[in-house]
Order: sequence, then structure tokens, then C-alpha cells
Amino acid sequence: MRDRIPVRLPVQANTLEDLRSGDMVSLTGRIYGARDAAHKRLVEAIDAGQQLPIDLNNQTIYYVGPAPARAGHVIGPAGPTTSGRMDVYTVPLLQLGVKVLIGKGYRAREVKEALLEHRSVYLAAVGGAAALLARHITASKVIAYEDLGPEAIHELMIADFPCIVVHDIYGGDAYTRQD
Amino acid sequence: MRVIDVSEIRSVVTKLISRAAFTLPEDYLQALRNAQQNESNFIGRSVLDMLVENAQYAEAESIPTCQDTGMAIIYLEIGQDVHFTGGLLAESLDDAVRDGYRDLRKSVVDDPLLRQNTGDNTPPILHYSIVPGENVTISLLMKGFGAELMSRLRMLPAAAGVEGVKEFVLETVEHAGPNACPPVIVGVGLGSTFDGVAELAKKALLRPLGASNPKTHLEQLERELLEAVNTLDVGPQGFGGQFTALAVHVNSMPTHIAALPVAVNLNCSAPRRATVTI
Repeated sequence: MRDRIPVRLPVQANTLEDLRSGDMVSLTGRIYGARDAAHKRLVEAIDAGQQLPIDLNNQTIYYVGPAPARAGHVIGPAGPTTSGRMDVYTVPLLQLGVKVLIGKGYRAREVKEALLEHRSVYLAAVGGAAALLARHITASKVIAYEDLGPEAIHELMIADFPCIVVHDIYGGDAYTRQD
Repeated sequence: MRVIDVSEIRSVVTKLISRAAFTLPEDYLQALRNAQQNESNFIGRSVLDMLVENAQYAEAESIPTCQDTGMAIIYLEIGQDVHFTGGLLAESLDDAVRDGYRDLRKSVVDDPLLRQNTGDNTPPILHYSIVPGENVTISLLMKGFGAELMSRLRMLPAAAGVEGVKEFVLETVEHAGPNACPPVIVGVGLGSTFDGVAELAKKALLRPLGASNPKTHLEQLERELLEAVNTLDVGPQGFGGQFTALAVHVNSMPTHIAALPVAVNLNCSAPRRATVTI
């Protein structure tokens, strides 16, 4: 277990090979914020053979539905939501090249298998630390599905955003208990 | 008889919502700091550090501790000598939620299947009780749904006894794991009926940390359950450690000869609650 390993996003070629379950990482770069409704729409578009509004290859998805921003703040409190609800939509996104998932809580077996198969990782942000996490988000804008309001897809720029590696690309698991 | 204008209720509840959203209860923060000092798991300790810093930052900036400011659950203990004027009490509570959540996330949908956001976080869940006197005590829980989703109820047979209760509570906390955002507060309801036991478990979350059930056997059960829960090694956010829960609160009521109803309502590491008497 190591503390505050810096990781640039979107991920570069070999970055994920270095990470192990239980490592604490510090993320900097561009990610996409999306939760239930945006996932549903993305997967419906994939199933219908439509072009997606964003290229997901090598990208990072953060399961977040921020609170409204206070004046002078880039974004409102923005902690992770429960990842398990996104399980049913996750495998097709990994097939399209999503490399990093950020949320909190257990993943379904098919998601863990797909992470291993596609050499992607699942990270946890600290639930209940939403105000603090928002300080590490330096820019936020809606880039797709604006009509979904707080559930629209946001492009987020983050700096030194703290996470813990739950599932690494080798099938590791940092949670002490299993669902 | 005391006359209270419902506009006063509205303004009091609006303020309670802001206070609970931005400021975690002092008794909870004290328990969190105690855990921070004593947690030996490295990741667990880092998580607790972040939670303490988050609480301080949110309060200083007047921003919510967590983006999920939940559904508002409002308990009113109304003295039977009180008379409300100036409108309908329930409408004043709707208005208070509308005002209080103006700058918070709107997390309520109008129908569990059709799922249109109500746009103002209404309606609140209301519980009224009539008590002696002419005061009104209002308690508020703003319940995030990460922990709510992992809460459970079981109608145990009478023969299951205290062992059956312990097994169900442990199983629930273990199954919830990281999803409920540990360290959690475990509200346990025992007895009553199917509906009543859930309310007992939820009301147990209103009790300040450090206060025990006044009944000796239930105080002992709370201690034993807390110890057992904290040997599960779920730990803060599920990465292991001895602080899976900061408290177990048990509330009980009489029940039927056939049954031992038990409900477990979990609260997360950002417990939003506030109480005021007017």
C-alpha cells in the first residue's frame, strides 16, 4: 500500500500497471462526471448503434451528482455516489475503452471480470467528504445530455483529487468484505 | 392554550435544514475525532482524517457536508394545548423544505416508477405525535440514500430471541459494507408491528451519540452490538479497521406474542440531524 501516487488523466499507456489495490492515488487532469440517468442514455445509444456525444476511449468516469455551486465556487459538494447502481451499464462502457471508474462501494462480479479483461481500474473516493473533494475540482461544464440537469454528463478538471484503488488491473480487491 | 402561527414553524424548519446541511452535530464530531485518534488501519485513518477536515471546511464555508442532502424527515411533537393558525401546518412544512433546499441538491422524484424530479425536494416525510403541554419540538433528519438503501427489516419469530436480533444486525452492517458510507450509526428498532418497527429504527438515529437506552438490558445490547459490529473489519469506507460504526442505538416497543420484529436503519458518515423546541 502506498500513499498519494500521482496519476495523470486521461491515463497514459502504462500508468495503470503500477497501481495496486489499496494504493492511495492523487488524480490530476480531465474526467467525466455521470450517474444513473446519463449511463442509461449512453447504453441505450450504444444498443441503438448511435454515435455517442463523447469519445470514451481511455477516459475516466466519476459517479457524481454534485450539489449546486455556491457563488464563487466552481462546483458544489461533489462526493461519489453508490457505484453498484451503475453496474448494469458498466460493461459496455469498458468495452468502449473506459479505463478508470470512480465511485464508492461494491461492484458486481461481471464488472470485476470486465475490469480484468479490459485492464481498467475501479477507484473509490471518500463518501461523505463531498465538500473537500469539490475543492479538488478546478473546472466543470456540462458537455452532454444537458436536459438531465444535475444528472447531465459534466466534464471536470481535477487537481490532486484523492482516491483509493479498489480493483486494480490484476483482479485485486481492497475491500475487506465481499458483497 | 398557546397559539402558534404556522409561519413560525416554516421559518424554524427552514433554518434547521440549513444548519443540518452545513454543520454535523457536535456529539457526532466528537465520536469521529475519537475514531480518528484510535483507528489503526492506515486507509481507515486517512478516511477519518478527510471526514473531520470535510466537516470543518463545510461549516466554515456554509456548504453542504455531502452532496446528497437527502429527503427531509420531520418529526413534530405537538403539545395538546397548542393551536395552529395562519394556514395549514403541512403546507408550512412543504414551504420550509422548498425554502431550505433552494441551494441544495433536489433529490426527490414524484413517483417511484415514473421518476420525475419534484424540483424542490418536496414532499418531506412527516411524523406527528401529540404530547402533554404547549410546546412543539421539531426534529429533522436529512437522510442520504446511500445508507438508506442498505437498511433492512425482518419479522423474526418470537423464538429467535436476542441471538436472532444480533445475527440480523451484524448481517445487515456486513452486507452494507462500503455502500452505506461507514463509519455508520446503526439504528435498531425492536418490537411493535411491521410499520412501527421501521419508525423505531429511524427514530433511534435522532438520539445524540453517547446517550444509551435507559433500559439496562437494551443498554447492554447496544454495547454488545457495537463491539460485535466493530469486529467485522469493514472499517471506514470499507477498507478495514475497527471503526465500522460509531454507535448502535436500540429503541423498543411492546409487540405481539408471535413476533420479534427487527429493523436496522443505517446512517452514513454525514449524519444530518437537528432538533429545536419552540
